Amino acid sequence: METLLELKGITKVFGDNVANDGVNLKIFKGEIHVLLGENGAGKTTLMNCISGLYIPDQGKIFWEGKEIQVKTPQDAAKCGIGMVHQHFMLVDNLTVLENILLSGLRKRFAFLNKKQKKREVLELMRSYGLDVDLDTQIWQLPVGLRQRVEIIKVLYNDAKLIILDEPTAVLTPYETEELFKVLKFLTAQGRSVIFITHKLEEALRIGDRISVMRRGKIVHTFSSTNVDKNLLVRLMMGEEIEEIKGKKSSKVKKDKREIILEVRDLYVKNDQGTIAVKGISLEVGKGEILGIAGVAGNGQSELVEALAGLRLAIKGNVYFKNKDITNAPPRLLRDLGIVHIPEDRHKHGMIGEFSVKENFLIGSYYRYPFSKRMRLQHEYIEKYARMQIKKYNIKVSDIRMKAKYLSGGNQQKLILARELSKFPELIIAAYPTRGLDIFATKFVHEKLLEYRDKGASIIFVSSELDELMEVSDRIIVLFKGEIAGSLSAKETDKKTLGFLMAGETLLFSERK
Amino acid sequence: MSNRNLISFLRVFEKDSVIESVITPIIGLVVGLLIVAIIILLEGVNPITAYQELIFGAIGTKINLFSTLLKFIPLSFTGLAVTLAYRAGVFNIGAEGQLYIGALVATWVAIKVNLPFYLPSLLALISGMIVGGFFAFIPAYLKVEKGINEVLTTILMNYVGINIVGFSVNSFLMEKGQTAPQSPLIERSAHLPIIAKLEGIHLHIGIVLVFVIAFLMYDIFWNTTWGFEIRSVSINIEASKYGGINAKKVIMIVMFVSGAIASLAGSTEVLGVQYRLMENFMTGYGYDGITVALLGGLNPLGVLAAAFFLGALRNGAYSMQIATGIPISIIYVVQALAILSIISASALYKKFLAEN
Repeated sequence: METLLELKGITKVFGDNVANDGVNLKIFKGEIHVLLGENGAGKTTLMNCISGLYIPDQGKIFWEGKEIQVKTPQDAAKCGIGMVHQHFMLVDNLTVLENILLSGLRKRFAFLNKKQKKREVLELMRSYGLDVDLDTQIWQLPVGLRQRVEIIKVLYNDAKLIILDEPTAVLTPYETEELFKVLKFLTAQGRSVIFITHKLEEALRIGDRISVMRRGKIVHTFSSTNVDKNLLVRLMMGEEIEEIKGKKSSKVKKDKREIILEVRDLYVKNDQGTIAVKGISLEVGKGEILGIAGVAGNGQSELVEALAGLRLAIKGNVYFKNKDITNAPPRLLRDLGIVHIPEDRHKHGMIGEFSVKENFLIGSYYRYPFSKRMRLQHEYIEKYARMQIKKYNIKVSDIRMKAKYLSGGNQQKLILARELSKFPELIIAAYPTRGLDIFATKFVHEKLLEYRDKGASIIFVSSELDELMEVSDRIIVLFKGEIAGSLSAKETDKKTLGFLMAGETLLFSERK
Repeated sequence: MSNRNLISFLRVFEKDSVIESVITPIIGLVVGLLIVAIIILLEGVNPITAYQELIFGAIGTKINLFSTLLKFIPLSFTGLAVTLAYRAGVFNIGAEGQLYIGALVATWVAIKVNLPFYLPSLLALISGMIVGGFFAFIPAYLKVEKGINEVLTTILMNYVGINIVGFSVNSFLMEKGQTAPQSPLIERSAHLPIIAKLEGIHLHIGIVLVFVIAFLMYDIFWNTTWGFEIRSVSINIEASKYGGINAKKVIMIVMFVSGAIASLAGSTEVLGVQYRLMENFMTGYGYDGITVALLGGLNPLGVLAAAFFLGALRNGAYSMQIATGIPISIIYVVQALAILSIISASALYKKFLAEN
């Protein structure tokens, strides 16, 4: 196999933290190389060193046998290295086409022939089977399609090495399959892919070779044919972890089922103004976890936002303990005991520029004992923040630190700690484990189950069928804004869910 | 269209720590003065002599200090107005118009109302604040309800305010028997209380008001739920909605108060210094408020420091011009350089952080 990229002794230090410690790595032509590791293992830092966002403190980078200096992302792009970041680098209020052209290395003229460029991009998209509407503005697209735009951007620059940072974290199973197809297609053409993930199944499925990273070092590189899951986990974690033990089902018995949330014939529009939720009706009982499955963009986000008071329902009603709360503002919902763990933690869940301490105040700043007669009670707030940090084991050295400097897992824990400490009766959790490592995911599951057992009702939206089946009592599947099926989590299997998510209602009606 | 990008760019100026916000304008202005020293040198004047005159003119004698303080007061008001709006994510470039309209209403009330004690001046200030606030509320309303960029509307409203004053002092508010565009003199009973007097220079109560508002604002920003709401809205409007904040309401209230504070720059000037309203009676103070706010780290206490230094610079510039022939306008170069040096220092600091 011919080597495309070789790293020798890459070291990158941030303060006291050695993010990369003498990393050696070889990427062959035409392979999918998986970089597997826990959150904070140094995967992203390493990739940023290759793609020119960071300059390594030590070490050398060789491209096709020649040493190269990558000082800026443009340098990397010129070599043929393209990166799709976990947080997309797109301009929200430009169209898809404009975003693609913006990053383009292809010759720029003072006058942009958009029509011709559009044809070029369309041609490129067709050849890879990637489909996006080029004239839509980015902010109107769901996350899955935004990622697709990022991939097209990289391909437009004719990248020979494509780095994807946790690409499936934001995707549904269906979208993941699509992505895998694209990646296989790319490598078949002799391009190479570095695929960063912390999901084992994925690594085993997609990778030609797998490198396990831990604490800034590459522990071992395997060919994916001769490695087993247990060994990988041990290497990744440095210890064995137990699988989540068989869940106890809800303590509340069916015949005593008390309805906490009732949604009747709800219609909600999305950002583009088309109807995304079409007449959904559902019920959530006390002490029950309702899982919501579906391919991204089938109305889950809009449904959640409508329930959480962030989006107006155009028709239908929502009742919480028989009280009509249709289109009630978020503050009222919180005061009733409804908390929301939002899908996009950067957009809704926290304020990155605020300190960790102030982030603990979101949603409860106006309540006693956080404030008294409009005055913030700093002493109490600090005590409370420290207590939650300890309870949820959030890694933060100083509560005055800006929240944006926390790692993704710790940010999610902060949101979880803050929302769950409000004594919720209903928890609306949208993709609460997205982008988290195994430990953090397990922690989130345990917390949700703990609150369920305390009698809270939970709406749990996820794209991971495994965790949906693991945690939920019932699962509903959304397809094109409608409920394609409602199933007991115990009785269903992945195959059935998969069918429903793809819009096969036939199967469901047969079962009925 | 929103000004998210503009607001987040201006974040390089933002200083939450009081010490930083006071030191920043000093450093900025020192750099500005050092660079301008080269220009002065090229003019054939010894910059040390020029700057000695500048400092003398600014704070050299009690009278000079008093007139510096009289410049400090309106600069602080407009600086505080801009700061308040910025902290809620709104760029108020309309302080100029707000202070003009505030001065007009205050003058009218002061002339018409005949009451004992200091009641006329109090009433005049309050009416000025209400109308000034309303003047700023219009762009805020258009922003939150119709999505119209407040940078455009506030700038345009400035012309409305300035020209309404021009029209008034040429018509119904014109002094009888005069041809100059100015209002009649305001009766002594409607003057602002004077807290110190020195050879014809009166230091009015406005200076106390400035400090009260600045400290109140500082306290509100960091110690109250209002401040939390205001700052949340400015940084992340989506997250603030999620957190149960009515962002539209916050923006409209804050802009009203911002306009009310800006109006004080005009009304205290008329009722405490000039005692009559003239066309173009204080040009540019609204725009200077932006400079003051940025130099002062968008922090109410930093704004006081920045306003004092800018006031001193302006006042001192007269002496410098008389003694050395260096034109007053050189001060605007210093101001601009101070702003630029803060931007570049922040950029360098960021780069330094990124590389280490």
